[in-house]
Amino acid sequence: MEETTILEALKRRFPKGVVDASAPLGDATIVIRKDALLEIIPFLKEKPYEFAMLLDLTCVDYPERAERFEMVYHLFSLAANRRLRIKLSVPEDAAVVDSLVRFWKNADWLEREVFDMFGVRFAGHPDLRRLFMNDGFVGHPLRKDYPLRKRQPMIPLRK
Amino acid sequence: MSDRIERPPFVLAKLDQLITWSQKNSLWPFGSGLACCAIEMIATAAARYDIARFGMELFRASPRQADLFIVAGTVTNKMAPIIRRLWEQMADPKWVVAMGNCAVSGGPFPTYAVLQGVDRILPVDIHIAGCPPTPQGLLNGLLLLQERIAKSHPTKEIFNPDARR
Repeated sequence: MEETTILEALKRRFPKGVVDASAPLGDATIVIRKDALLEIIPFLKEKPYEFAMLLDLTCVDYPERAERFEMVYHLFSLAANRRLRIKLSVPEDAAVVDSLVRFWKNADWLEREVFDMFGVRFAGHPDLRRLFMNDGFVGHPLRKDYPLRKRQPMIPLRK
Repeated sequence: MSDRIERPPFVLAKLDQLITWSQKNSLWPFGSGLACCAIEMIATAAARYDIARFGMELFRASPRQADLFIVAGTVTNKMAPIIRRLWEQMADPKWVVAMGNCAVSGGPFPTYAVLQGVDRILPVDIHIAGCPPTPQGLLNGLLLLQERIAKSHPTKEIFNPDARR
């Protein structure tokens, strides 16, 4: 019931920004437009919803889609014991999303991970460097078109 | 009898045999526990399996004090330069054991991040399969290594240190 209420409220409040709202398997999920992120997030963080925690921030590569990458945010409200999933599509030729570091500090490394693995950039990120791969690494290994058997050793191999 | 000449007892042996006999019975392992294989390696060193029976109870924390490199676990591409440097810091003669499927071939990680077998960067003497190998498996590998050392010719390495590799 609550899920329906918050989804309805978001649709009413952001008629342009929220593309779709549903609760598959009871998980409240909204699909939003990329440029609406920075107005929806502060709204969700304040009362009455108080989504104080960013549980996860990640990305999925769908090569068959027109807008290839899909960012996924998982929010948690400690006050209401409620979760919300936010999705937005990102095209490959303009793979830039607004950074959420100013709202949640843990977004810093999560966004660096997404940049490292998928090559999605984050506007306003204070220090957008690779997080896992070494500095000389070429490409983004979790993209579906990264060759499965491609190796980039840091030292020359024997034989 | 006063005219008997007292002589110290002596043993005749080939120099190679003498050297390898002392080498194989006094291995000093450098345990590089990189993943879950380390647990089995530690268990091998503990009382139940007691690696001390074979003369190698002292796991050293420094490669400069060791001559047996037990690579126990997954070697990632980022870890590879460090593993290579640790091996280079060990004094000759030295041996390398690749313990577990990850160190042998990359194991269950055929991915962008993992080195596909530590033999890509080090000359491995013994590969021990298993995920992880049991302590019996590790001991079996180390006994094979001892046999291998016993058959080696260290005198050849005096003039050519890389003869073994």
